[in-house]
Amino acid sequence: MSILTRSKRVITTAEVMESRGINRREFLGFCSMMAVMLGLGPEGSGKIAQAMEVKPRVPVLWLHGLECTCCSESFIRSSHPQASDVILSMISLDYDDTLMAAAGDQAEAIVDEIIRDYKGNYILAVEGNVPLAHDGWNCIVGGRPFKSRLQETARHAKAIIAWGTCAAFGCVQAARPNPTQATPISQLVEHVPVINVPGCPPIAEVMTGILTYMLTFDRLPDLDRQRRPKMFYGQRIHDKCYRRAHFDAGQFVESWDDEGARQGYCLYKLGCRGPTTYNACSTIGWNDGVSFPIKSGAPCMGCSEEGFWDRGPFYERLQGMQQFGIESNADMVGKAAAVGIGAAVGAHMAVSVAKKALQGRKDNASDEGNPS
Amino acid sequence: MTVLPTPDASGRRVIIDPITRIEGHLRIEINVDDRNVIRNAVSVGTMWRGLENILKDRDPRDAWAFAQRVCGVCTGIHALASLRSVEDALAIKIPENANLIRNIMTLTLYAQDHLVHFYHLHALDWVDVVSALRADPAATSTLAQSISSWPKSSPGYFKDIQARIAKFVGSGQLGPFRNGYWGHPGYKLPAEANLMAVAHYLEALEFQREMVKIHTVFGGKNPHPHWVVGGVPSAINVHNTGAVGAINMERLNLVVEIARRTQEFITQVYVPDLLTIASFYKDWVQWGGGLSSMNLMSYGEFPGRANDTSNDNMGMPRGAIIGGDLSRIHEVDLKDPSHIQEFVDHSWYKYPDEGKGLHPFDGITECDFRLGPAGKIDKDFLTQVDETAKYSYVKAPRFKGEAMEVGPLARLVIGYAAGRADIRQLVDGALKKLDVPLSALFSTLGRTAARGLEAQWAADRLVTTVNDLIANIRNGDINTCATEKWEPSSWPATAKGAGYCEAPRGALGHWVVIKDGRIANYQCVVPTTWNASPRDAKGKIGTYEAALMGTPMADPSRPLEVLRTIHSFDPCLACATHLYGPDGEPIVDVKVV
Repeated sequence: MSILTRSKRVITTAEVMESRGINRREFLGFCSMMAVMLGLGPEGSGKIAQAMEVKPRVPVLWLHGLECTCCSESFIRSSHPQASDVILSMISLDYDDTLMAAAGDQAEAIVDEIIRDYKGNYILAVEGNVPLAHDGWNCIVGGRPFKSRLQETARHAKAIIAWGTCAAFGCVQAARPNPTQATPISQLVEHVPVINVPGCPPIAEVMTGILTYMLTFDRLPDLDRQRRPKMFYGQRIHDKCYRRAHFDAGQFVESWDDEGARQGYCLYKLGCRGPTTYNACSTIGWNDGVSFPIKSGAPCMGCSEEGFWDRGPFYERLQGMQQFGIESNADMVGKAAAVGIGAAVGAHMAVSVAKKALQGRKDNASDEGNPS
Repeated sequence: MTVLPTPDASGRRVIIDPITRIEGHLRIEINVDDRNVIRNAVSVGTMWRGLENILKDRDPRDAWAFAQRVCGVCTGIHALASLRSVEDALAIKIPENANLIRNIMTLTLYAQDHLVHFYHLHALDWVDVVSALRADPAATSTLAQSISSWPKSSPGYFKDIQARIAKFVGSGQLGPFRNGYWGHPGYKLPAEANLMAVAHYLEALEFQREMVKIHTVFGGKNPHPHWVVGGVPSAINVHNTGAVGAINMERLNLVVEIARRTQEFITQVYVPDLLTIASFYKDWVQWGGGLSSMNLMSYGEFPGRANDTSNDNMGMPRGAIIGGDLSRIHEVDLKDPSHIQEFVDHSWYKYPDEGKGLHPFDGITECDFRLGPAGKIDKDFLTQVDETAKYSYVKAPRFKGEAMEVGPLARLVIGYAAGRADIRQLVDGALKKLDVPLSALFSTLGRTAARGLEAQWAADRLVTTVNDLIANIRNGDINTCATEKWEPSSWPATAKGAGYCEAPRGALGHWVVIKDGRIANYQCVVPTTWNASPRDAKGKIGTYEAALMGTPMADPSRPLEVLRTIHSFDPCLACATHLYGPDGEPIVDVKVV
């Protein structure tokens, strides 16, 4: 089943890009950059180009529940593709209360029109989650509880993208004691595929990358058991961290701004969650790859992991932690099976340090080092 | 001094929900008379997230991360307010470099947030995208070159932009421009100015992502960069081995370069566009003033030296103006229980003793969602609220009993009244260019202009503050974090602190009570709580409400005028409605009285 809608009134992405003064060479350059980013290899570039040239723009309804709008802000930071290209050339962002010109009745009419005209053929993007307390009246949009809005738009969507940890897992609103009963999207929707794109916020190029993948290949990305696209959430930050060699060598920042911090040593002892966080920060980087928290001296908080807010204090190292819910492999999640991963990480460190002592030199970064 | 008219709800009720192009969820209800003039205005915050209760019992060193999630648009500023509240409570003194880097982060936020607000949240209130199709690209080029030396201004450039819009509009898929108010008689710009503005809408969207890279350098990511109690997380190493793992010369050069380009973009694009567009909308100096000619407040921001909160150390001064008397600036003390109080008579919360305001150290917020007699819910549709009863998730904060306007306009007017030369020069220059008197500031147009002028001020100061940081490092100081009081064992058993900030949208305060190493109470009073406030115990209307009064509308079913004035405040409702009580009271059922 195609996720794209066919209508004689729409034109292709490539045509719109061309009309924007993007010439053929630039267009193909863009396609090969996307192919590299998506890990598709050289042949992927042609597929992307072809898709852009023949497919019309997909209507997207972007709803906001309980959230802080960091996901929208992240989205417009995307450098490849640029947000303006996504919004004007790749999708048809027909409803997004943060950016749309219309308000009130004129805005609300669009929701009804899209459902009517594109039933089963639009993408629903949801930023934020749904408060169920108070019969849903803790979040009112267009005079109605957000849960009603979600129900009616989800029912006819082709697929749902749950942007950010709020929509995917509940995030800060759902942290103890979750006063509004903030509830993730996937728990409220049946019969329509939900793609979780966690992170507080997610990396901009991950957001646009997932959207572009769906448009290009006309299919949903492969998901793990937490419904996260494997292409971006399949590996831990620790596994690809450029400071990993210092971990293996037993070189740690012991306290803020110490000599180790000035040397760029490993932040594990300051509570870094890199060893238990599945995300692309240490590979893709943030804001066009300028940095990511660890590179700027700040331990990873694990902001793309379910329930990370209740795993503080953030500056306690992992082995002091209780109730870790993530196993070594994202496909092996099971709360019942969560057996003291912190201790395992500690053991991993001990092994690395012992190796250093035995070898009398730094280990190289090739140690796969699964903590469990 | 302006006297506010009394609300008159006898006319036709018009409801605008959602107000779009803002952060969060806001509803406005108005009554218009038979000439379509707004005679009653009701500001309704329609979301509530409960972050303050979630902060209870947490480690105070983690609080910044939770508090930062109050808002992802003004990202970082809630983290800073939180750090300052904890550092105030524990008497932590931060290094000079940390103060400079925090100022750089906030100045970057001002420039970026104001730019995005102007082009992507506010411009479509003034710019008719469809009209740009009729523009003459050559004349557009002439216009652009007459107001700025910005290089992207050739006839060919504007012709390409126009072709792009034409094709986009011709596709029938209008995306975010669908159902806009195109052709509304309120749009006054010539087609060429519209085309120029649309071109810059796209350029600004591209450039804003460059600006935030300064946050990425020092905080690892944007939105939501990382911070730390006692300083900043990024260590400095410019001389030695290992510098590549710290803030080094390459990183500093990146920051210098972005600061320079930011100053260039704001000077050559934002401010000239702002003044050009404003010159076609001078009638908007008559409307939207509200409280701005009466009550304004700022907590002060950009301390020059670290750990010194005296007013002469602040780049933007602290103070309040009451009753329009610019000759007297009142002192503002976040810890004085008589200065700042919050009321809930018209908010969906309840106090043990309603009608009495509470200082944030004693703040409580128990949800109480119910409507007054004139309010209606039809199945799951909120038809109308009743402003004589409770009607908003925003509380009503008051300074010495008065509703206040906060934000760029408040800051500039207080700076102007305090005789700050840099601010006077900036404001006087713009007033002269537009040929309007000082009183023109107290309006929708004045508020929008003040934000752009402040972006200029922030960009200029960003460049100098980056230089100050480099000079301090050159002088041999590379400290970025104070760690003496990092361990909870070094803290007193109980401590209280207040963290001040001037967020892009205005005065922001966080109040923390720490007991036995954990957070016992946490309260925030944020800019949009001030501006989007409902009525209070004495029936005094809020800032948005006051600003809408008396505005004539061309067609109330296409509420462009309401959007102009509300957007001029840059609403941020996630900020305003994050509240929840300290005791985690059970949530009551919905009551429809």
